[in-house]
Amino acid sequence: MHELSIAQSLLGIVLQEAARHGVSRVTKVAVKIGALASVVPSSLTFSFDLIKEGTAAAEAVLEIEQVPAMGVCHACGAEMDMSGLVAACPACGSRDIELSSGQELYVDHIEAE
Amino acid sequence: MSEIEVGRNILEANQSMADRFRRRFAEQGVKVLNLISSPGAGKTSILEQTLKRLDGRLGCAVIEGDIQTDEDAQRVAACGVPAVQIQTQGACHLDGPMISEALEALDLASLDLLIIENVGNLVCPVDFDLGEDMKVAVLSVTEGDDKPSKYPALFRAAGVLLVNKIDLLPYIDCDLDRIHDTCRTFNPKQKVFDISCRTGEGLKDWVAWLESWVRG
Repeated sequence: MHELSIAQSLLGIVLQEAARHGVSRVTKVAVKIGALASVVPSSLTFSFDLIKEGTAAAEAVLEIEQVPAMGVCHACGAEMDMSGLVAACPACGSRDIELSSGQELYVDHIEAE
Repeated sequence: MSEIEVGRNILEANQSMADRFRRRFAEQGVKVLNLISSPGAGKTSILEQTLKRLDGRLGCAVIEGDIQTDEDAQRVAACGVPAVQIQTQGACHLDGPMISEALEALDLASLDLLIIENVGNLVCPVDFDLGEDMKVAVLSVTEGDDKPSKYPALFRAAGVLLVNKIDLLPYIDCDLDRIHDTCRTFNPKQKVFDISCRTGEGLKDWVAWLESWVRG
């Protein structure tokens, strides 16, 4: 629901990095978004495309990699899918499980000329 | 063509503000709660009942987030507690710059507890750290027992869950055990209080826990 404000933060970071590295045309912006980050990729792309006009990122394509929600069991070390409700480790039954990925929201890299 | 490694959190500006607030709150000895629920779950009623029962034993203040109006700040101020209203003018959550402005109106040194009542929304507020010590989720039983599994982010992140309006349970199809089971699965360490602001049920336990947490 707040993809526009996220797109604004994202564009700010991209333009800062472009200026810092002395590039004038950003062609790709690669971001990683966790499945649990409450960010809708299509809405983020829509918002980013709206606000990038007239900037060094005007022609940049937003490439979104979705990171799955995964968990790890502290008892046996097994990894598991955490996209649904997981009460216990499917391998050993322990409840001592922790989310290991799925909440990411970061700019991985940009490509520029 | 060159590839530039970035590796920066998109919400880093908000995060660094939140980190600054957190240090400031700790220095001033203020515990901070971020109260989150859907609209109408009873956040402001819980504040009124909580402040009434604390009866001045803790130095409290409230930051109220709403899209429009200062009605909630007026309700809290009527309890004799400083209340700062933030009107987000449409924004679906509170963020660092809004809290920064609100903090200018508060004397943190005189406080033990600051409660931030976020904009009514089960999704967006969860992503924006405000420097709080703990998120408190409020779910009213009339919203349905499926809400924790449909909106997992909040119920996973909240240190405390207040299940409100339990006086209505006899009249609706809501399975309280399902709410408890789902939330325990998401967050086994979560403290859960079943309450009714209307009858007062459960409020004594919640306020006793809150008081000892603030002093602890």
